[in-house]
Amino acid sequence: MTYINQRVAYGNTLVELAKENKNIVALEADLGKSTMSYLFQETFPNRYFEMGIAEADMASVAAGLSQTGKIPFIHSFAVFAAGRAYDQIRQTISIGKLNVKICGSSSGLSDFGDGSTHQAVEDMAIMRAIPNMTVLCPADANETVQMVKAMADIQGPCYIRINRNDYENVTQEDKVFQVGMPSIVKEGHDVVVFACGIMLTKALEAAKTLEGVVSVKVVNVSTIKPLNKEFIVEAAKECKGVVTAEEHSVIGGLGSAVAEALCKACKPIEFVGVNDTFGCSAHNYAEVLEHHGLTTAHIIEAIQCVNK
Amino acid sequence: MSYGKEFIQELENKAKKIRTGVIECIGVGVAGHVGGSFSSADMITALYFHKMRYDVNDLKKPDRDRFILSKGHVAVLQYAALAEAGIIPKEELKTAKSLGARLQGHPDVIKTPGIEAGTGSLGQGLSIGLGMALGQKMDGYNAKTYVLMGDGEIAEGQIWEAAMAATNFKADNLVGILDRNRLQAMGPIEERFNTNPLIPKWQAFGWHVIEIDGHNMEEILSALDQADTIKGQPTLILMNTVKGKGLSFAENVVGFHNGVLTQELYDTAIKQLA
Repeated sequence: MTYINQRVAYGNTLVELAKENKNIVALEADLGKSTMSYLFQETFPNRYFEMGIAEADMASVAAGLSQTGKIPFIHSFAVFAAGRAYDQIRQTISIGKLNVKICGSSSGLSDFGDGSTHQAVEDMAIMRAIPNMTVLCPADANETVQMVKAMADIQGPCYIRINRNDYENVTQEDKVFQVGMPSIVKEGHDVVVFACGIMLTKALEAAKTLEGVVSVKVVNVSTIKPLNKEFIVEAAKECKGVVTAEEHSVIGGLGSAVAEALCKACKPIEFVGVNDTFGCSAHNYAEVLEHHGLTTAHIIEAIQCVNK
Repeated sequence: MSYGKEFIQELENKAKKIRTGVIECIGVGVAGHVGGSFSSADMITALYFHKMRYDVNDLKKPDRDRFILSKGHVAVLQYAALAEAGIIPKEELKTAKSLGARLQGHPDVIKTPGIEAGTGSLGQGLSIGLGMALGQKMDGYNAKTYVLMGDGEIAEGQIWEAAMAATNFKADNLVGILDRNRLQAMGPIEERFNTNPLIPKWQAFGWHVIEIDGHNMEEILSALDQADTIKGQPTLILMNTVKGKGLSFAENVVGFHNGVLTQELYDTAIKQLA
């Protein structure tokens, strides 16, 4: 079955997946007709929970269900899934590495009419900052199908952002998705564009427009986290410049992730900070700072490292 | 079911041991949640040493009863119970909150055996417990999930989302336990953000409410047994307690919500609990 809408692809694939895996359950916060989780409800009414308009409760209930061996997929608009339920996702699901899948639907600007309250332009930044989280952004409906299949095999929390609108596929229908593996969609050598979501389509269009003028390489980076840094560095190596394109704030999303990976190629740079891990208990402040590498010595080490 | 005097006495002695474990866990010179641990100590004793079915040698047994400490800041109380039950070594209590310790400042589902869910951000435990109760029902287990909440904690809106949801799903295998010790970190609840009245609120949300003296072991056991008989709706055990119960210097003292024990107070505590 070929789809041209990520929501429809998502909903139908989840149903197919649930036929094979009896542990899959779905939870919804009264947006089932938009997220397409209602398809799941039609097929598996006993494995579907209408949680009311209460996203925080939905996330924590999913945490509990996962602790009984279920694989809960929770659904809402991306803006509520990543925003309203942030604390629940962080505290119980992510610290505990619980097997909860979070579908942030109508992501980015794709809910064009509803405006800023319903448009998630910072969901990837929020989710990417949480340790133990996998963050996925499919380029099109084809990739959505493959991603949903892969999600059930990821042990631990996973966030997928889904576009609301119809548009043509640019990825292959049968291309198996591998978490953490970007793909070069078009070869080129002057400039590389790293793109995700619908912006991959736009990037390919741009590359085509510039054909004969600028040789543009286009890379689909649909796993925002964990980011395959080696792949990014290698893909950018022979190009003069780098462009990132995402339907998301320039702060904290794909652009930031790519910049973090590439910055060492421009100027030597070291990041002193908490290295994508949660904190832990200690008997005093100095001890916990030391444990996480946040001391004067660590700054000195970083300075010496970049002063070569 | 009625219980013999000897059995009650046995549990009361166990509760003393758990309170002692809390003191050992907190230690000298470091702040620890004495007050809320001691107000819930008798209930947690009844759960771990009588009511809940679990296997110390197979903590993940799917048909086990489960306990969620929604008031996660009294993790030391659960650690003392886990140690008394033989799930963690008693000597380990002294390592709590030190760097690299399995016993974190708040319950950690990965680091500590016997912890069912990470809690600490208040107001989330009832939802987590509901998820587990629903899972237990889906799998056809005749098992229960118990969630211990604080009376300050229920100012969190998510508690009421979960309260509505549990009724909606007729989660009669979910038992909420509300430790009404009447004090939150800043002082008496009734004098600040007043969450009262409690009984009509929970009843209006569709719960069967049982009010007890949370330090009377017979009443605790009888309430837990009564919860087994309630069908089609969740049960809330509202237990009236004294914060710091069992320690002369800490009873009803706000400062011991998260207080520091000097060596003298530590020794006094050990003596009073002997």
